[in-house]
This record gives sequence, C-alpha cells and structure tokens, in this order.
Amino acid sequence: MGNKFQSIETKHYAEREAFFEGLKKLDRRAFMRVAGISAGIVAGMGKLTPNSFQLVNVAEAQGEKPKFSFAYISDTHLYENKLNDRFVRAILKAVDDVNALDPQPDFVLFGGDLAQLGQAGELKLGAQILKSVKAPIKMMVGEHDWFLDMGELWRDLFGAPNYSFDHKGVHFVVLNSIHEKDFWTERKLSPMERMKIVAGLDNGIQSRFEVGAEQRQWLQNDLAKVAKNTPLIVCSHSPLYKYYKPWNFWTDDADEVQALLKPYEKVTVIHGHTHQLLSNRIGNISFHGMLSTAWPWPYAPEGLPTLTVPMNRADPFSQFDGCGDGRMDVLESGLVDKLYNLWQRDPITVRASYLGSNGKQSAPPKPKLPTY
Amino acid sequence: MNLRMKLLVVPCAALSFAGGVALATSPEAKPEPLPRHVLPASKDGNLVLGLCDGETSMEVPGVKDGQRLTRAQAITATAQLMDDWRKKNPDANWDDVPGPVLAQATPPAAKKSPPPAPQPNPGAKSSGNDVRQGGVGAQTGASAVPQQQKANLQTGHTYGAYSERDEQVWADSVQAAVKEGHRVFHDAEALGGTVGVSCDMCHPDGANTHPETYPKYQVQLGRVALLRDMINWCIENPVRGKPLADGDPKMRAMEAYIYAQRKGVKLEYGKH
Repeated sequence: MGNKFQSIETKHYAEREAFFEGLKKLDRRAFMRVAGISAGIVAGMGKLTPNSFQLVNVAEAQGEKPKFSFAYISDTHLYENKLNDRFVRAILKAVDDVNALDPQPDFVLFGGDLAQLGQAGELKLGAQILKSVKAPIKMMVGEHDWFLDMGELWRDLFGAPNYSFDHKGVHFVVLNSIHEKDFWTERKLSPMERMKIVAGLDNGIQSRFEVGAEQRQWLQNDLAKVAKNTPLIVCSHSPLYKYYKPWNFWTDDADEVQALLKPYEKVTVIHGHTHQLLSNRIGNISFHGMLSTAWPWPYAPEGLPTLTVPMNRADPFSQFDGCGDGRMDVLESGLVDKLYNLWQRDPITVRASYLGSNGKQSAPPKPKLPTY
Repeated sequence: MNLRMKLLVVPCAALSFAGGVALATSPEAKPEPLPRHVLPASKDGNLVLGLCDGETSMEVPGVKDGQRLTRAQAITATAQLMDDWRKKNPDANWDDVPGPVLAQATPPAAKKSPPPAPQPNPGAKSSGNDVRQGGVGAQTGASAVPQQQKANLQTGHTYGAYSERDEQVWADSVQAAVKEGHRVFHDAEALGGTVGVSCDMCHPDGANTHPETYPKYQVQLGRVALLRDMINWCIENPVRGKPLADGDPKMRAMEAYIYAQRKGVKLEYGKH
C-alpha cells in the first residue's frame, strides 16, 4: 500500500518540520522578527509555541521565573539491540533531545524501567547509551530492572536505589518504590518467570508495589534534617498514590509515605511507570507522571486523578506518538512547571499554578478525541 | 457457487441417478408415488446424471456408464447441473448454503400437523450420570425443557429447546476461546513476534482496542477495517510478525478475548 493516506498527527508533524526548516533559512534579523512575533502571539494566548524548548522562556517570562531546570528520560524498556532496535532508537532520540537543550539542564533524571526483562545485556546497553548524556544523570530503578536478580546488577551499575541530595536549595529524594511481597517462592517460580509476571500489567499474580517499612524509616531519618520550608522533590518509579490497582498503577503504602511528606510546605512527587500524562494533587503534594520513550499506556478505566488533563489517544500507526521525554522547571517558589515533550505533537506544560489552584488557573488544553 | 456447495450437490445428484424414486417407495408411508425422473439414455454410452429437481439431467463426456467419476469431474458436473437449475429458476431466491439441497431430495409431504411431542414421564429416572443436576439429557430430550424450567412454554419446537447443561457447555466453549485468546495476546512467541513485543504491553486487559467501533474507516489504511485487520496491523508492525489468516485459530481466539473484555459496551461501529 502506498503512503497516500496520512494520519492527522503525521501531517501535523510534517508541517511542523517544514516550519522549522523554513526558520533555519531566515537570516538573523528575519529570524528575530519571526521569533518576536510568534512569542508575542504565544504570550498573548498564554500558550506555548509549537517548538518545544527555545521560545518557551518567553512565555514563562509572564509568570514565575525558573530557578533551574532538569530534564527526564523514563521507561525505555530496552531489549538487546539484536532482538529489538525499536526501543533502542527511542532512547537514542531522547538522549539527543536532552543533549540539545539550550541551556543545558542541571541534570537528567532517569525514571526507571531501563530494561524490559532485567537482563544483563539490556541493563548494560542502557547504561552505555546513558553515558552519552552530557548532563549528570540521576538514576531511579523500575520493576523491569529489578525482579530478575532482585536488583543485583542494577546496584552494581548505578549504586543504591534510594538516595537524597540537595540542589540549589531544593531537597531531592529518590526512592525505590517497586518492592513487592514474595509471590514467587511458594509457587517455585524461576527468576525469569518472576520477572515476566512483574513485567505484565494485567495479571493478578504479582503483589502490589510498596516503598516498605525499612525505606520509610530511612526517608523519615533523611527528612528529619530538612527544614519544613525547604522545597522537596521526591522521585519514585510508581506513583506514590493509588490510581488503579489491577494494573499496579498503585503503591500500597502510599498513604504512609504521603504522611511523611505532609509537614513540608512545597512538595512535588515525580514518577514514571504509567507512560502517560498524569497530574494529581493530594493535600499540598503535587504529583506528575513522566512520559515513556517505549510506548504510551492507555488511561485506566477508573481512578484517574481529577486534575489530569488526559492526552489525546495515541496514533497507533505512529511509533513515537504518545511517547517522549520532558523537562521540569523548578521555580523560585520551589514548585515545578512540568513540560511534556511529546515527539509527534505540540508540547504540553502542566504548571505549578494549575495544580496549586486545583485546576482553576492555567489549565492545559483539553484533548479533542476521547481517550478510550 | 462455492466449493462446498458443489460437493454437497454430489450426493444429491448421485442419489437421484442411482434410483431417485427409491426413497419415495418406502414401505411404511405408501403415499402416492413420486413422479418418476426418467433419465435420457446417452447415445455414446456416457454416464447421465440427474438433478434432484426431478427434471434436469446431463451427460458426462468421457465417462462411461458405470464408471466412477473423479473428484474433479464430479465437481464440474454438479456445478453444471446447479447452473442449469438456477437458469430454470431465476427467481428461486437461492441462498448459497448447503442445507436446503438435501432437504429437496424428498418432496414435501402433504401438509400435516407435527406429531405430538412425547410426554415426559416425571417418574422416570435418568440413566445417564453425565448429566448435570437439573439438566436435560439426550434421553429426556427437548420436550423436558419446559418442565425443567417450570414454565408454561410452547412445545413442538426443537430450536431453542436447550437445557442448562447445553448452555453450560456453550459458555465453557466460549470461555475456552477467550482463554486461548488471552494466552496469545500475552505471548510474543505465540503471536509470531520477532522483537519480544506482545499485545498486552500496549493494551493491558485489551484496553484501547475498542472493538465496538469496528468496522470503521481507518484513515491510515485508506479503507474500512475490521478488528482483525487492526490485529494484523499490530502483528505486522509493533510485533513484527506475519499476519494471521482470517480463519487462523489464534486470530479467532484473540478476537474472542478482545470482545470479551468489552462486554456490555455499546456497539458503535464506525466511531472514531
């Protein structure tokens, strides 16, 4: 079949490419004029331009200024290259994206699920690719990295799965939230059988994710040193709230973890795992889901946080649609503007003011199609 | 005329040829004899076939009377007989299904009420212990269904007279298909995938497959697509396997699984 018919998304993408190709051909003065006009229009509409990164700052100048930015890549689900090059190409695309950011992010957060089945070849390939990221990398572990050898190789490659650090006045905590209760010993499952069960969403065999008592204690001790008005950014692979249990979009001891974060004035939680635009606010805690580079997941049939502005459903004929990477702009206030850099679409920003106002201000544009 | 059709005409034609009236002269019924279909003799001693309409016949060139027809010859001959019949009966409203062909072998009996259904004997004990409690077995038959259901139901129909046991057997059969579909859906190897990707990776519990919107015009394919076309698209592209034939048991099982996941959702074919 010829390529006579194109999806709307494909056409849009082609037009977008053509527009920016055209921009490159302008001389500097003409470029400044075009950029100024489009930035003006954009600022007036309160929207971002089609381009993801360079002109964003103009729009942001209207609101609060970012203090610093960090980028993210998440859920790459790598197989070995000789088996499946598709997901490898996707992570390479993400690495190119974050390396092209100007100015460079302070660091790049990797959101977990580097590998698909936790195999040495997969993890080592991922580690190798991530070496070409220019900014420093902060690693987070996902269940796909863990359940073949219970994190042994991952820890060898990347160190402890939970740690904290301070950056420009913000206290960052990275958690390993993908512990599960032992469902394999009694069933006499091999490590690979265990891994494959955890790798699937829609099976009832595996246990639910948890941070675990030991790590919660560690978190409590860690936070004891942090002043209550210090902005906190907590990163975990699974969402630290309860979205949809049958698919493990769920952390069993989320309530206990939230209780530990509650005394802090400005708390942001950033998670991977769900492969979709996801915004939630519980008490004073803002939650943001990260995009996957491998594939988008449909929204669960129930439990979607009300502040989520869902993404238009992905075009199945376009490999990268619904996938992408992104950036977090940490504002002077310590809260976070979240940029979803969707590869086949206009980027979407979920602002701190949107979550802070419980959806009353700066709402992201709504999707046109039902998400099914 | 499709191949199955042709093959089913063969016994009909053969029966007619072997002595089409034999049936009508069953010793028990003895109604008026059927009109005799006298087949014309062949000048060259070729085999002559008669159609069960009682009037159409044809000579089979190259086959002598008494010789066996090859499969190919039989198919050709029966196809021609049927064509002749359809030319004679242009308004016959012929359904290309095999059923009525055999039924026509005997002309309809005089209009008569169906015999009364045998009354069940409530005291009789069922001999089969393979029958589910409360079910109706072959021994008791369809007529026992109303009694079993304790309802004042019409009798004299066989269609629809099924027992709880029948329903259980059918439900189990469907469930087996759905279960097999679940297996294939979750197994890259069973799908014939070459890159380790299985359906559930993007579609947990069959989500985002929306089978209730098919058939629909699929813009990217430039034509109307059925659910199975999209299943095959996914097998060829993200899964990187070979597309399955329509009748492939794996395809049938996966359709069963995907529809099962959407039970109760409103049918909205054509929806985008």
